[in-house]
Amino acid sequence: MPVHAITPDYKGEVKDRFENFHGNQVVYVGWDHHLMFCAAFAYPLPPETTFRTLRDDVMPEAFSLHPEWDKINWETTTWLLDGEPFVPQLDVSLKDQGIGHKSLLRFQTPELKGYKSAGV
Amino acid sequence: MAAKKLNIKDKYRLLTRDLDWEFSYRDRKKAFPFEEFEGIKITDWSKWEDPFRLTMDAYWKYQAEKEKKLYAIFDAFAQNNGQLNITDPRYVNALKIFLTGVSPLEYQAFQGFAHTGRQFGGVGARVACQMQSIDELRHVQTQVHAMSHYNKFFDGLQDWSHMHDRVWYLSVPKSFFNDARAAGPFEFMVAIGFSFEYVLTNLLFVPFMSGAAYNGDMATVTFGFSAQSDEARHMTLGLEVIKFLLEQHEDNVPIVQKWIDKWFWRGTRLLTIVAMMMDYMLPNKVMSWKEAWEVYFEEAGGALFKDLARYGIRMPKYADVIEKEKEHISHQAWWTFYTHGHAAGFHTWIPTDEELDWLSEKYPDTFDKYYRPRWELAKEMEAKGERFYTKALPQLCTTCQIPMLFTEMDDPSQTCYRDSVYEGERYHFCSDGCKDIFDDEPEKFVQSWLPVHQIFQGNCGGPGVEDILRDYYQMNLGADNMDIKGSPDETRWKEWKKGVA
Amino acid sequence: MSKVYIALQDNDESRYIVEAIEEDNPDVTVIHQPAMIRIEADNFLAVKRATVEEKMGRDWDVQELHLNMITIGGNVDEDDEQITLTWNS
Repeated sequence: MPVHAITPDYKGEVKDRFENFHGNQVVYVGWDHHLMFCAAFAYPLPPETTFRTLRDDVMPEAFSLHPEWDKINWETTTWLLDGEPFVPQLDVSLKDQGIGHKSLLRFQTPELKGYKSAGV
Repeated sequence: MAAKKLNIKDKYRLLTRDLDWEFSYRDRKKAFPFEEFEGIKITDWSKWEDPFRLTMDAYWKYQAEKEKKLYAIFDAFAQNNGQLNITDPRYVNALKIFLTGVSPLEYQAFQGFAHTGRQFGGVGARVACQMQSIDELRHVQTQVHAMSHYNKFFDGLQDWSHMHDRVWYLSVPKSFFNDARAAGPFEFMVAIGFSFEYVLTNLLFVPFMSGAAYNGDMATVTFGFSAQSDEARHMTLGLEVIKFLLEQHEDNVPIVQKWIDKWFWRGTRLLTIVAMMMDYMLPNKVMSWKEAWEVYFEEAGGALFKDLARYGIRMPKYADVIEKEKEHISHQAWWTFYTHGHAAGFHTWIPTDEELDWLSEKYPDTFDKYYRPRWELAKEMEAKGERFYTKALPQLCTTCQIPMLFTEMDDPSQTCYRDSVYEGERYHFCSDGCKDIFDDEPEKFVQSWLPVHQIFQGNCGGPGVEDILRDYYQMNLGADNMDIKGSPDETRWKEWKKGVA
Repeated sequence: MSKVYIALQDNDESRYIVEAIEEDNPDVTVIHQPAMIRIEADNFLAVKRATVEEKMGRDWDVQELHLNMITIGGNVDEDDEQITLTWNS
């Protein structure tokens, strides 16, 4: 039973459907083991945005406050898309490489241990 | 011969059960339409009895006495400029959270118990719910009255009701109660009457209020303890309802257990903010969150669940995770608010060196390893004139609506991520507990009003964050938000205390 | 064994109530915290009208306890003579 309601066959209104975001999709991006940022960030972006734009134009504003941001080697950085290993294609749009509405991207930089090597 | 005074058992019978009536020409099921759809089976409502045996006449008498005492103290507090006796102005920020986050819940509880009381077929439970409903209304009123005095001298208290409905972090307490009130009457009772009142409000009202006393806040400790004197009755109502449901029919046991699992989890998530208030916002500390948790959850809750074991009820699911969380959640929450201090309706700050040492002492296994480095980074940035305010909006949990700030409890440097796909849409959760709740009732939680998504959808004004804070949340920017350092609150305090040693 | 408890506001009336509880329940632990007094006992605790009246030197209704009570833990039973807190374990 998808809900315990007094109304038979009750259906809830899906508040966060793609159609409600005026052409944008939501993408979440989190940096593993870097808790200077308390949570992954949420971005509303056109599905046609390329991965390069996301990484080089969108992410730096918030992520670059981290003292290790400039040390990231993007060649060796690994990614997870919704929990599965993922190799981003830089010049392909989010939509065309399977990054959907409300997808979560996580990246790992194992050589960077966070501020004072504390995962911060 | 003088009329014999009734003993309380007879009086209780006359003034509760004997006031009920039989439905001779109406269908009883139509009079109580919410009683069956949750699957709870009641065979005999007359088995329910309030062990305090409180009747309405005694209720009014004692409540009136409580109010008279309380308002005499409020008067004295205001007439003697009680706001100057608090430890320091940081303390008032805990009250801002209380007024915007907790007092409106008292109002929701008033509404919830009025509805629930109406829907119960048993007169004993109905009378007890009526009393609790009136109590909750009293609580919101006394809290507003108590804090109105602080509103004359400090920022951030001016628009609490509006803020409760709109501000991002206040969707956490608001949606918690909305979830309970949107459930049937029995789930509401297990959610609020039992899980919340019996174990969790103790953590809010007892150690925190004792902390208010210790920080010189006479008004708050007085309303807190006055409210809590009603809570003792509410806790008993919650416990009696649970025992009653479990005794009425064995089919009720798994339903009640599932509600206990859900609402203890939701409650512990909601109390994260109280954890942070205790560990970070009280300049004079009574006990750490961890210590309070051990007394009021582990010891008191443990005794409760041992007592309920005879009905086949076990500890809430994820009690093992909850036990580990006491070492972490206050630190994770205060860091979140510190880094979002530009978007909060209260001030935040870096703990003093003495406070950092107190935290190390109280949390020897976790604080220095995981949390002190965050404050060292914050200090470094502040010293460079770059006080850290985060520059993007956080991902939120669909169930509890808290930013996804919680870590894996066995790997506290890694955020805990869970998700579910329902009818083609992906939903994210901070924990297995929150994911289970969604998976059980997705049609309810697909409707979550998640503040970050609402902002992206253009439903909160904007588009800039400042526009939203100023116009949609109605915060006074530069006064209500940002660091305590340099705030008008701090400036005024220093002015008042000039020349005082 | 589980602990039943009652916490009272720290005031003049409670002082007598605490004295009465200590007399009627010799094994209780009394803990003083800011603005409150917490009393704990193993599995059972009773507050008796007659003893409180003797300490206060006036009539006292068991229901007056509501005025000073902050919180309790345990199954409650109240009548004209006493209020008891019990865990069945």
